[in-house]
Formats: sequence, C-alpha cells, structure tokens
Amino acid sequence: MEDKETIEEQKHSSSKKKELVIHIKGLKKSFGDHHVLKHVDLDVHRGENVVILGKSGTGKSVTIECIVGMLIPDEGEVKVFGDDVPEMNEKQLKELRTKIGFLFQSGALYDSMTVRENLEFPLTRVLKIRDQAEIDQRVEEALEGVGLADAIDKMPSELSGGMRKRLGLARTLIVKPEIMLYDEPTTGLDPITSREISQLILKMQKKYKTTSIIITHDMECAEITADRVVVMNDGEYVAEGSFDDIKKSKDEFVCSFFLKPML
Amino acid sequence: MAEQALPGWKKWLEGSGDQVIFLKGFFRNMFRGGFEWSEFVRQCYEIGYKSFTLVSITAFIMGLVLALQLRPTLVSFGAESMLPRTLAIAIIREIGPVITALICAGKIASGIGAELGSMKVTEQIDAMDVSGANPMQYLVVTRILATTLMVPLLTLLGDVIGLIGGFLAINISSKVTMTLYFNKCLDSINFSDLLPAFIKTIFFGFVIGFIGCYKGYNSNKGTESVGLSANSAVVAASLWIFVIDAIVVQISNIIIY
Repeated sequence: MEDKETIEEQKHSSSKKKELVIHIKGLKKSFGDHHVLKHVDLDVHRGENVVILGKSGTGKSVTIECIVGMLIPDEGEVKVFGDDVPEMNEKQLKELRTKIGFLFQSGALYDSMTVRENLEFPLTRVLKIRDQAEIDQRVEEALEGVGLADAIDKMPSELSGGMRKRLGLARTLIVKPEIMLYDEPTTGLDPITSREISQLILKMQKKYKTTSIIITHDMECAEITADRVVVMNDGEYVAEGSFDDIKKSKDEFVCSFFLKPML
Repeated sequence: MAEQALPGWKKWLEGSGDQVIFLKGFFRNMFRGGFEWSEFVRQCYEIGYKSFTLVSITAFIMGLVLALQLRPTLVSFGAESMLPRTLAIAIIREIGPVITALICAGKIASGIGAELGSMKVTEQIDAMDVSGANPMQYLVVTRILATTLMVPLLTLLGDVIGLIGGFLAINISSKVTMTLYFNKCLDSINFSDLLPAFIKTIFFGFVIGFIGCYKGYNSNKGTESVGLSANSAVVAASLWIFVIDAIVVQISNIIIY
C-alpha cells in the first residue's frame, strides 16, 4: 500500500515538470516498401516516464532508434534538448549519446567481460575516468543499486535472465544519463521478475531523476512505470493518456490490448 | 540479360564502397587519441601466441615434406647438395609467408569475423556505439594492428621451423650436421630475398585483420549471418593473400632483378 502511494507521489511530482526534452513531429521511416513509421508526434518533458505500448512490428523500437541517432528518419523532426538529431555530425551525436542511456531488449552485455568490466567500460571510455578508486566506488554503488553486489566477478553467461536485465540497467545508468530509453525491459522474464524490474526502473528514475521512454507490451510494467501511455499501431499513434484513461478507452485496438471485449 | 547482371554489379560496387569507407574509418580512428593499448596487447596474445602452435606444426610438416619431395628430383640431376639452398629460397621467399598467411586467414580471420559478427547479432556493438564509446577504436583498430604485427612475426618463426623440418628430412637419408645445413641455407639467402618476403607478410597481416573485422562488423542480424561472416572472411582473406602475393612478387622482380 505504501509502495503504491510512493509510486503515485513519484508520478505526480514528475508530471509537474514541463521542460521539453524530446520533441518528435511528423516522423516517417520506411525500409524499402515497408512503411514502419507513418506519422509520429511525441513530446516528452523532463522527469516524465512515457510508455509506448503496441504489438510487435509497429515501429516502437524504430522510434527510439531515431531519437538516439541509430536510424535517420525519412521525414519529420526529432529534437533532443532542442537540437535536431538527424542534422548532427558524428561529434555532436557522440556528445548527445553520453546524455542518453539505451537499455537493449537483450541487455547487450559484453559477454567476453566480467560484470565489473562491463560496468567499467562506459566509465573509462565514455566518461574517461582514470581514477581507479572512483571507478571502483561507482561500480559498487551501481551494483548495489540493482542488487547485484555479489555478482561483481561473474561472467554474464553465469547470470539469470533477470540478473542480466539488472546488470544492463546498471551499466546504462552508471554514466548518469538524463534520458533513459528502455526497449522492452521485461520481455522474456517471469511475472515476478518482470514486476521487480519495473519497480527497479521506477526506483532508478527517482534516484537519477531521468526522463524515460519505455517500450513494452507488458501491461503491468506500463501500469507501474507510466506517467503517460502512448498506444501505437501500424506506425501511428492511436491513443494517448494516463494508464487509467487508456484502460477505459473504447478504441477496438486498445481494448484488445487490455484483453477486454469492446465496450 | 543486362538487367539481370545489374544488381550483382551494383551489390559488388556497394560492397567495395563500404570497404573503402570502413578503411577510412580505421585510419581515422587509428590516429585519434585514446589508443586501446590493453586491448591491443590482449589481441596480440590471442592472435599471435595462440596461433603459434598451429603455425609451427604446419611449417614443420611443410619443410619436412618439401625436402622429401625435392630430394629424389635433385638426386637424379646429381644436385643433392643444392637441397638446403633450394629449401631455404622456397620457404623464405614464397611458401613460408603464403602458407602461414593462409593458416592465419583460416584461424584468425574466421575468428574475428565470428566474434564481431556475434557481437553485432547480440547488439553489443550497437550498445557500445549508442553509449558514446567508440567500437571502431576498441574492436577494429586493435585487431587489425595486432594481425599486422603478429602475422610477420609468425611467418619468421614459421620459416625457421620449416627449415628445421627440412633438416630432419635430409637427415633421414643422409648425414648432415645442423651447422652445415644452416650455413648452406643462410649462404643462399640475401637481403633481396628477405625484404620483399617480409614486406608482403605485413600486407597479409593487414588484410587478414581488415577482412575479418569488416565481415564481422557488417554482419547481418541473425545467427546464420555469424557463420556466413566467418566463412566469407576466410574466403576473401585467402583470395586477397594470393592477389597481394602476385603483386608484391611482380613489383620486387621489377625493382630488384
């Protein structure tokens, strides 16, 4: 009960902040003849947690890949901190990426490195920290934050699915990004672990004060983490609002997502 | 017919253009600050030290078999005493560098292609890129420089072990001291034999690392493409070894002789 109140309080406080961090307008992206994104508009404000819901292949991942500059849109604006991402040169893009954390669906852990080395990698290569004492302190702090302090010298292959997600989250958050992009963070996990990861995402958002976009089709994850939910179908947004508003929607596609008959 | 041939040519041209861009990326990142020394040393160990046994065994057998095959022919001409000289020239000028490079293409290019291909499939390269780190510098520059350094060294070691194999083969049928054998070998070798052979091994090393990295780094997503990257890296690197060999031999013949 107390947890639920804390969650509501966090959501309320984060929705109050209004500085625009991500601005997407008229975004279109095709691969050959396949039009993945047909017209996407999205504004995300500082401290906000936006969940993008939608079935597989509707362009959710493509949207966040455009935000981080992995893909160049065919048409439309993608602005992060007021700067146009597709117009950035390599140096500007690299600088922007130090402010954005991207959690891959698979975790994308460096499997030839230990847990410690996975966490040291962004510290030494991105933040260019050379002081070993500071590196050790940040690694330990990050692992304690996700409850993996005992796994520091293990290899990623020795970790369970949930632990790998936690480690992926710790590695992304260790550079203290201002924006977090989560690509299906709970996919492939059991319901209990999924809930733990969703709560961890919210806890980390509070701790690091990040702005987040969470792509998922896990309704419980959406309910726990979302300040605002955007539902996507066939490359376009079909509904937007708080989780409760979306739940009450009469749209056929949205209803099917909640596994309820159309009202 | 022309329309059917066009996509193949287009694909080939696109591939060539991609390789040029990749090469440019390699040189740009090589001279950028923050060289990954620890990863470079690790790659030298992985590529050089761990290939030493395979190269040694192959070179030893190659020298042994070559001596056994050459001997009857030379005996029939009454030129058995030419055997150490013939062996030394054949191994140092041509067989040593090419066989070592082909062994390295099979072991190292395929290994790099599969490793980077697997990292691409599991989004590890994307994760490095998207975090603001530099995967070209960490993964590609270190591996290409390590192969460029280690393949010539492996070739030198392979040459020596190949000559030892030849010595043992000669000793099966006739009694020759090791000092005499190696004196005869070294007498027949001069600087113009060693230098072009050594220079071409640098190119062999570079092309093995470059092809392995290019194929792995540009692997498509999917497990099948990991195998394809490893396989095409070996085929392309082996072909390039013969092309470079032909070019270097031609140029050195024009310059030296």
